[in-house]
Amino acid sequence: MSEKVLYALTGLFETPDQIIDAAEKTSDGGYKKYDVNTPYPLHGMNQAMKLPPSKLGYAALVFGLSGTVSALALMYWMAVIDYAHVIGGKPYFPLPAFVPVMFEVTVLSAAIATVFTMLFVVFKFPNNSHPLHDTEYMKSVSRDKYGICILAEDEKFDENGTLKFLEELGATNITHQYFTEDSYATWWSVLDKKFAGILAVTAIATSLVVYIGLNKVLYMQPFSWMMEQEKLNPQKGSVLFADGFSMRNPVQGTIARGDLPYEYAVDPEGASKLVNPLPITEANLQLGKVKYDIYCSPCHGFMGEGDSRLRGQFPNPPSLHSEKVRDWTDGRIYHVIAMGQNVMPSYSSQLSRNEKWATILYVRALQRSLNAKESDLQ
Amino acid sequence: MNSTHHSLDYVRKDLPVNFKKIGLILSVVGLILVIAAYYSDPVRSAFNNLVFLMLLTSIGLGAMFLVAIEYIGGAVWSTPFRRIAEFLAAVLILVPIAAIPVYLNLHDLYHWTHTDVVAADKILSSKSPYLNESFMLIRIALFMAIWLIFYKIITGNSKKQDESKDQNLTTKNIKISAIFMPFFALTITFAAIDWMMSLEPHWFSTIYGVYYFSGTVLAGLAAVTFLAVYLNEKGLLVKGLKSDNYYSLGALLFAFTNFWAYIAFSQYMLIWYANLPEETFWYLARWGGNWKFVTLGLLVVHFIVPYFGLLSQPSKMDPKRLKFMSLWILFAHLYDIYWLVMPTFSKESFVFGWIEAGFLSLAVGLILLIFNYKASRENVVAIGDPKLIRGINFRL
Repeated sequence: MSEKVLYALTGLFETPDQIIDAAEKTSDGGYKKYDVNTPYPLHGMNQAMKLPPSKLGYAALVFGLSGTVSALALMYWMAVIDYAHVIGGKPYFPLPAFVPVMFEVTVLSAAIATVFTMLFVVFKFPNNSHPLHDTEYMKSVSRDKYGICILAEDEKFDENGTLKFLEELGATNITHQYFTEDSYATWWSVLDKKFAGILAVTAIATSLVVYIGLNKVLYMQPFSWMMEQEKLNPQKGSVLFADGFSMRNPVQGTIARGDLPYEYAVDPEGASKLVNPLPITEANLQLGKVKYDIYCSPCHGFMGEGDSRLRGQFPNPPSLHSEKVRDWTDGRIYHVIAMGQNVMPSYSSQLSRNEKWATILYVRALQRSLNAKESDLQ
Repeated sequence: MNSTHHSLDYVRKDLPVNFKKIGLILSVVGLILVIAAYYSDPVRSAFNNLVFLMLLTSIGLGAMFLVAIEYIGGAVWSTPFRRIAEFLAAVLILVPIAAIPVYLNLHDLYHWTHTDVVAADKILSSKSPYLNESFMLIRIALFMAIWLIFYKIITGNSKKQDESKDQNLTTKNIKISAIFMPFFALTITFAAIDWMMSLEPHWFSTIYGVYYFSGTVLAGLAAVTFLAVYLNEKGLLVKGLKSDNYYSLGALLFAFTNFWAYIAFSQYMLIWYANLPEETFWYLARWGGNWKFVTLGLLVVHFIVPYFGLLSQPSKMDPKRLKFMSLWILFAHLYDIYWLVMPTFSKESFVFGWIEAGFLSLAVGLILLIFNYKASRENVVAIGDPKLIRGINFRL
């Protein structure tokens, strides 16, 4: 047990008006290091104690603004630099769409940072020891009394003089408050192994109980999700059919309505003999242009020069203006569209027969635009 | 405790003679300019008259809202200033008069009043059960009647209390204020729709009423704040009012500045996101020509300056700052109404000239005169109110 040191003199008052009056007189009396303890915040105490405006607002401002800036920077980096992506036809940098996020992050970071600044800087957490803890004085002021506490370290403090000063203020229960050096040993008791351990166990146990209770034991499907339907899904098993597959082959000897099977699937030379059934009309060329611009142009380019718009995310195809492609018959091109070639997949599911032929008409028009025939000049 | 007042220290004095002098000069100059304006350019004058009408409505209704909300909320801090709001609510008496020229020029202002245009337009003819002249006349008259009746009852009770000190009058006013609130919400919404939104009858925004409400409260608050600080500095209110009493005025100004920005941005963002031509044209009209600068200016004037001007806690109590910011916010609200109304009149570029100045001068002059008139006949402080002493002693 080390030596007792005088920490402060405390006194109690009965009413809020008395304590505000006492605080005013104490600050007028030249005391700097004193505090007032009341069961609840009192209006007018700031002025009575002549407290300067709180500096916590600056922490809120700084952290709030850094929240704004980091939200903006994060979204800018994602939406403009790293993964530029057109969303809903908006520009890459759609500021109005970012504003709500910036606002939320500002509020969130300002609020959290203010609480943590208060906790760690002002309250010096995890220091949880104070000489007034567990004193009769603290019990009174957290119940129904209003107390004032003048610290011994104040320049004007003088044991007898201050005692008299408090008496003159009309304080009752004037008490000497002491602290001992070894009370510092309990400063970090929040981090005590037993306490922290129980806290951790309680936290984990509560989380587990809540999680298991709500998500496993008491879980009820709120409504039938659209994903979970009583139907057969492709690539999934089935108990309905003897072979266990949910995907079925078409019935032998039938074809889908409006469709003709492509008979040259493994015979490009045979396909070369096919003739384009469509006449060269403006409507057909227009159809071909629409389909070409949708399905072909992302890789082959709008002019068929192989200038892909995909920024190297997919290999660029060769030009459609090469002599090889120009010399191909329509049927040979048809074969490539129907079956695919190298990394180009089949476009049979996207383009119908007629659309394929119309696209070929348009490709021919593109080729003629760069390599016109003699007859075109007449 | 030497700063606590247990008895009332109020002596009724007349307002500084400047109120009447400046009010008279501004009103006379304004009236001459307004009459000249109607002779030289009736259409432009009609649009300015609408801005003038909306400004008076904002200040009157905003002040009325503050009075009612004090009663409903049982607020104590605002009691020493409530009479100022009551006087400002008297501006509502001018609203029907200011509305007469608008009715005489309906055809210049609202193209849905032209029956031939409506007949040829499918959208307008389907809106015509609501948007037609006679129904508009009836409902606006009804709105004004509602405002004036509630104004009369609530301020009448408050005035009676000065003499009788009867606490039951407060209880009565609480009930009447609670009845007033839903009426207030509906009438202000439909008044904003009728007077301003229907300038572009094809356009619609469901948040429009709330948008106008946010500006209205700001205008009422700013006028009350300026007069409260000014009159207190001149010693015309009760003794014992300190900057603590101003704090909530400053805080509310700050809050409603944010509220306005929130509503204005919500409206803009939803229209921008959906990008539907039937909605976007309203903003595009405010982005064409040099209207662009007015629109960007609105952001600065109505949000950024008041936001940073009132952000810190001390600035919400500083009398000098409050006087400046409240005048600034009143200007911002006028700017806002101008921005809402005038693009319909002048599509190419914004206009400001002696016609606009004349209407503004008349508005300020009339508000000063009516305030002076009320203050010369009634107490500037609600001396009979049971909450008054607690209000004076309010400390942060």
